[in-house]
Amino acid sequence: MNQETFKDNWELIVGLEVHVELATQTKLFCGCLNQFGSEANTNVCPVCLGLPGSLPVVNETAVYYAMQLGRALHCSVNRSVFARKNYFYPDMPKDYQISQYDLPTNLNGYLELPTGEAVGIERAHIEEDTGKTTHIGTSGRISGSDYSLVDYNRAGIPLIEVVSKPEIRTIEQAKAYVSELRNIILALDISDAKMEEGSIRVDANVSVRENGEQNLRTRCEIKNVNSLKSLGRAIEYEANRHISLYGNGEYPKQETRHWDEDAGRTRSGRSKEDAEDYRYFTEPDLVPLNPSEETIAKIDQEMPELPSERRRKLANLTGVKSSDMTLLVERNHDAFALDAIEGGGEPEKVVKHLVNNLSSGLGALTPEALAQLIQMENNSEITSTQAKKVLGELVQRGGTPANLATELGFEAVGISDLENLVDQLINEHSDEWERFCSGDTKVQGFFVGQVMKSTSGQADGKVINQILNERSTAK
Amino acid sequence: MNSVTPKQYQSASEIAGLVANRETSAVEILERHLNQIEEHEKDVNAFNLVTINEARAAAKETDKLIVEGGNVGPLAGVPIAIKDNLCTKGIPTTASSKILEGWKPPYDATVVRKLKEAGATIIGKTNLDEFAMGSSTENSAFGPTRNPHDLSCVPGGSSGGSAAAVAAGFAPIAIGSDTGGSIRQPAALCGVVGVKPTYGGVSRYGLLAFASSLDQVGPFATSVKDAAIVHEVIGGYDPLDSTSIKQAPNSFVNEIDQGVNKLKVGIISELMGGIDGITQEVIKQTNIAVSALSDAGAQVEEVSLPAALYCLSAYYLIAPAEASSNLSRYDGVRYGLRVDGANLKEMNVNTRTEGFGDEVKRRIMLGTYALSAGYYDAYYGKALKVRRLLAENFADLYKDYDVLLSPTSPCTAFKLGAKIDDPMTMYVNDVCTIPSNLVGHPAISIPFGSGKDGMPIGVQILAPPMNESVMYQVAHTLEKASQ
Repeated sequence: MNQETFKDNWELIVGLEVHVELATQTKLFCGCLNQFGSEANTNVCPVCLGLPGSLPVVNETAVYYAMQLGRALHCSVNRSVFARKNYFYPDMPKDYQISQYDLPTNLNGYLELPTGEAVGIERAHIEEDTGKTTHIGTSGRISGSDYSLVDYNRAGIPLIEVVSKPEIRTIEQAKAYVSELRNIILALDISDAKMEEGSIRVDANVSVRENGEQNLRTRCEIKNVNSLKSLGRAIEYEANRHISLYGNGEYPKQETRHWDEDAGRTRSGRSKEDAEDYRYFTEPDLVPLNPSEETIAKIDQEMPELPSERRRKLANLTGVKSSDMTLLVERNHDAFALDAIEGGGEPEKVVKHLVNNLSSGLGALTPEALAQLIQMENNSEITSTQAKKVLGELVQRGGTPANLATELGFEAVGISDLENLVDQLINEHSDEWERFCSGDTKVQGFFVGQVMKSTSGQADGKVINQILNERSTAK
Repeated sequence: MNSVTPKQYQSASEIAGLVANRETSAVEILERHLNQIEEHEKDVNAFNLVTINEARAAAKETDKLIVEGGNVGPLAGVPIAIKDNLCTKGIPTTASSKILEGWKPPYDATVVRKLKEAGATIIGKTNLDEFAMGSSTENSAFGPTRNPHDLSCVPGGSSGGSAAAVAAGFAPIAIGSDTGGSIRQPAALCGVVGVKPTYGGVSRYGLLAFASSLDQVGPFATSVKDAAIVHEVIGGYDPLDSTSIKQAPNSFVNEIDQGVNKLKVGIISELMGGIDGITQEVIKQTNIAVSALSDAGAQVEEVSLPAALYCLSAYYLIAPAEASSNLSRYDGVRYGLRVDGANLKEMNVNTRTEGFGDEVKRRIMLGTYALSAGYYDAYYGKALKVRRLLAENFADLYKDYDVLLSPTSPCTAFKLGAKIDDPMTMYVNDVCTIPSNLVGHPAISIPFGSGKDGMPIGVQILAPPMNESVMYQVAHTLEKASQ
């Protein structure tokens, strides 16, 4: 990616780690339900509680989903091996997490942003989620709490961790990366992809360097970012923190920091003394995953059209810039757009309406109705303001735009009626007309206003201008 | 020498036959064994728990089923003792550790379930070195088990309780687990048969893990045939164990009488004096076994297994490394012992400090160190290389030989307390048995004579993976020669 200046002479460097909870029926290593919102500790068994003697068995659907995401991100799918990540925490029933380490399922891909820029993907590996701890007491954090409650329903839910390369250079790119990844996941239908429910969790590795500098400087990992908005705020805060530290001749230390949404700042997490050595080693209770070439070929074959392709395809068909299609594709309105265009709607206007005026859904609107509406607009049968109102009604009630326009009293003033009005005005105001014809554009507003007045605002300004110009040229 | 072994053992296959034919009842068989336990258990301490009520109910159920003409399994009415690191539903499972105080598993280990389905009567849970870490069953939170042949001696370990239970006539069959020799070495020291099946041949589901890549569940018996029968019952693919082998097991019992004619047997020279610490009387007795096989028609040759020299070192890195991770879950949060502290970390530390014994702590520390950043390559990584090298050694030998043979234990049973303060000396007890665990191959120990002290000596037969049939054939031949 091109170098971008974040602030003064500083360049922003961001790498994102996104955890995606897979929407499998059951957990990663046992038959317990993978369900959000159940009563605490009801979706549990000896395996996901890590009871002595229990053993994990891999959920094949989860592995398949992981490979699908890997291929969608243009990764190579490899023979992979599970590894244990060892650390003590009460929400982790075995006090180790089964993850992947040096041999992950997916390696070396990229994600294409709507702008066409590509962000490198280092890896996308499979791992199990932990349980959820609630600290009871005044602080709400583990230190100083009276006691803590652990819910193991989430323990063992399959996750894919998608790790980007540190190639993100702006906050906009960071946000676009996450929403594009989300769209890909939704297209694959492998996760609910709800950031607010935690089914997508984003950690940001943030550092800065001076423009032109080649090496990467110390990064901090920012956790607890729960929305795209806070992702942007957190990155900005953290980058500024680094810049001001460097400005004071100090250095940031490599650490995990937590984003505090209310305070609008990041806070230091674990101190250095507690720095973890995870003692990764091959999980001896599981065997390597060795997908066949046929399986990978099948995944490629079944791959749904991804957002980037859909944008490109629409752009080719409509002539509208591919980056303008982001929202349209995100809302899955591509087929609708194509039908509306096929039905005679002007492509640019179809896209414009879908992106700007239909953000809360299509409701009862049909592609034919949208096409007709655009035609009425283009024929000046209604004004653009009226078109918006008709569109709102179409979404709510359905029907045809012509009927609705009549019902709303938007009977457009016919061109011949307007011509008569304009001619009448020219006769009544010959001085102003002379000025208009000699190029004084200020009086144009006067004529338009007069026509509007006598049509109670139902006339189309563009058409009036057209008539005025015709008359003046004919003179 | 104070011995409590019975004059004669009744085999499991005989018991099952008599029970099935209603010549005796499961209840009668059980009571006879309970009487033996009543008489000698206080001296032997083979059990952490004798499940008298559950056993009586199960035996009654078996008898009822037989009277009703129901389908009884191959172990009908056979009392079986289970090592206390295998989960038994609703019955305390302790691994002989304080840390599991009060814990009752909500499920049966696959092996236990299969035994019950085969008609066996689970008679109790046997003592072991805490979490199967040890070679003498002295590292138990519930006191040491004693060798029924001489109560002043250890029974070996870690499955010492199971070996002693069979040797003392408390049960014709016991189940153990073998991570570095924990079935074979105590079998040798107690004069019974002990089998470590192929890794993946018997489900580990429900076995409290010590070193997951090495652990394997197997039987103790008073005869090779009994061991083979039980092996058939407990073996086979288990979808709950991902490392379980999908291949259908061979019938061991049907082929057990085929003899050793024309079989090629390799004697591992490194374990016949090549490595220090193996006593002359054990080597001498093993040589007698070799002659017996030769007399029975086998072709016997001395062979070399060079990587055997490094096995002990590799094992004592790999096993503790895996153990350090496997034993993390005993943290006081969810089950078992909890010793409170001012905060979470203190509670974790207090619980583990009080709950684990010295040997377990030693291995957790060893393993944690071996996996640590900066040390992994030098220790754990190197141990894995030895493992690969050893596998190549074995593969080469099995191109030319059907089975391999060595002593099981470097010495006969030693006195209680003789080695407990010297971990290194204790670890050497596993030198002959560890290679099979590192490569996941099957091996059997069968009693073959005794030493100057009158204590049993065991001979070990090693076979290629999933090739237990030939192992049982050779063992059966040797068994006949020893009688």
